[in-house]
Amino acid sequence: MGLSSRLGRFGAAFLMAASLAAPAFAQGAPAPTPDKGDTSWMLVSSALVLMMSVPGLALFYGGLVRAKNMLSVLMQVLTIVSIAALVWVGWGYSLSFTGGSPYIGGLSKAFLSGVTTSSLAATFSNGVYIPEFAYIVFQMTFACITPALIVGAFAERVRFWPLMLFVVLWLTIVYFPVAHMVWYWAGPDFLPNQPGDHGLIYGWGALDFAGGTVVHINAGIAGLVGCLVIGKRIGYNSEPLPPHSLVMTMIGASLLWVGWFGFNAGSTLEANGLAALAFLNTLVAAAAAALVWAGIEQAVHRKSSLLGAATGAVAGLVAITPAAGYGAPGTSILLGAVASAVCFFFVAKVKGRFGYDDSLDVFGVHCIGGIVGAIGTGIVAAPALGGQGWFDYNVLPAVPGTYDIAGQVLTQVKAVALTLAWSGGVSALLFLAIDKIIGLRPARDAEREGLDISAHGERAYNY
Amino acid sequence: MKLIIAIIKPFMVEPVREALIEAGVQGMTVSEVRGFGRQKGQPVFYRGAEYDTQFVPKARIEVAVEDDLAPRVVEAIETTARTDQIGDGKIFVLDLEKAVRIRTGETGDDAL
Repeated sequence: MGLSSRLGRFGAAFLMAASLAAPAFAQGAPAPTPDKGDTSWMLVSSALVLMMSVPGLALFYGGLVRAKNMLSVLMQVLTIVSIAALVWVGWGYSLSFTGGSPYIGGLSKAFLSGVTTSSLAATFSNGVYIPEFAYIVFQMTFACITPALIVGAFAERVRFWPLMLFVVLWLTIVYFPVAHMVWYWAGPDFLPNQPGDHGLIYGWGALDFAGGTVVHINAGIAGLVGCLVIGKRIGYNSEPLPPHSLVMTMIGASLLWVGWFGFNAGSTLEANGLAALAFLNTLVAAAAAALVWAGIEQAVHRKSSLLGAATGAVAGLVAITPAAGYGAPGTSILLGAVASAVCFFFVAKVKGRFGYDDSLDVFGVHCIGGIVGAIGTGIVAAPALGGQGWFDYNVLPAVPGTYDIAGQVLTQVKAVALTLAWSGGVSALLFLAIDKIIGLRPARDAEREGLDISAHGERAYNY
Repeated sequence: MKLIIAIIKPFMVEPVREALIEAGVQGMTVSEVRGFGRQKGQPVFYRGAEYDTQFVPKARIEVAVEDDLAPRVVEAIETTARTDQIGDGKIFVLDLEKAVRIRTGETGDDAL
């Protein structure tokens, strides 16, 4: 089978009302009933992923900015999550997860039209389904956190409402198409009869278990573009801009880590052994990455910092995301360790060398970690290295496909390149247009005073 | 009368207090301050970004004493607060023109 027709194993789920499930099931066969264990796990996972953004990401980012901008970051994350949730229900889910073109879905399920409590969504196993509402809310939490990740790149220097406008447009023009291209497919029971019904990147055979490409590379490159368009913070490189509370950052990082189990192990869409493997891989990759970052700091600066260890853990979590359900624990440890070292290099060296002000290292950790993870997935997924390989869903029931590491790595690179080009290019246009028309950057005095007072009229701390 | 101002490491406040009481000092004022000296603060690293002109936390001790006592106080602070590490601090001795005890209205050495 050529690369172009290879289909990755766990790209995404296709959603279809049970009443439509005709082609794959024998006439008269009873409609599948979702397993309560699977359903429970998906609802728990969804709540865990929501915990990653509010409170996790909000506190992680909040602690990293100066005290005068603490509230602004909390407010941005909270509001972005709220806006994304509504946009998702309005048109995001439909554009991402209904058939249409290889690039974007249609509007047939806009405002969740036609979805009922008995609607079902496919998983990655033949004949196994979960309630469509569970799938909608799980994927919703991904759409909520991804735009919130972006704001770290230009924290402390962006106007609030223009940013919110950006989020609505970015979700619609960038996130939903990328989610559709990477994750949409017709489902294991339907693909043999609908072989062309999948997103573009999925069709290439690219593997993205839980969003390395869709979430981290996508948000990371948008963040880099945003910080370039908006410009450096006043005082960047001339006055200290240290984090105001690494305790908050530690709380946030810890919540992120715990929430990440919903992110990665939930992406199995079933409560089974593979979910357990993804859970385990997630834990060990982050652990290895935290230690590697702390170790590098000890070697370079003679001191291991908490922020370094926490950043390393996040870099490991990012890197294992696309590979969580494909790698083995051993290869996951290596992937986390490598990603941590590469991210350290970008955060500590490359950023300074090129002088861009990626305030909270969204590009250095999420985009770079995501790229290492996405490409690494092509290696660690190989059954020869203990990986899970890929399944060919073109036949019913699905069978394991033949694994080719070089070919898979090439496919992963292609998927990364397309995402970088699409998200980077369109995000740049959006940022430039909004900046031109209504302005993205606060006035100098407002930035100096801090966004808490100048944009929101309140302080984080009243002594 | 002399006013002795000492900028010392915060964790040296307690030993210095004991040494000063030993030397016969009746009272002192301590504040938490920040600053830097020749070493330009401690370098700190946040994700690879070095901040090396940070202000370092210090304690500032003020003691007003009779002229006779001043050399012993200076010596007590100097020997107690010394760690031989960078950033041990400084001692300043100023002439003190007048002192008043507010409750009683006493002045001069009596007010100390």
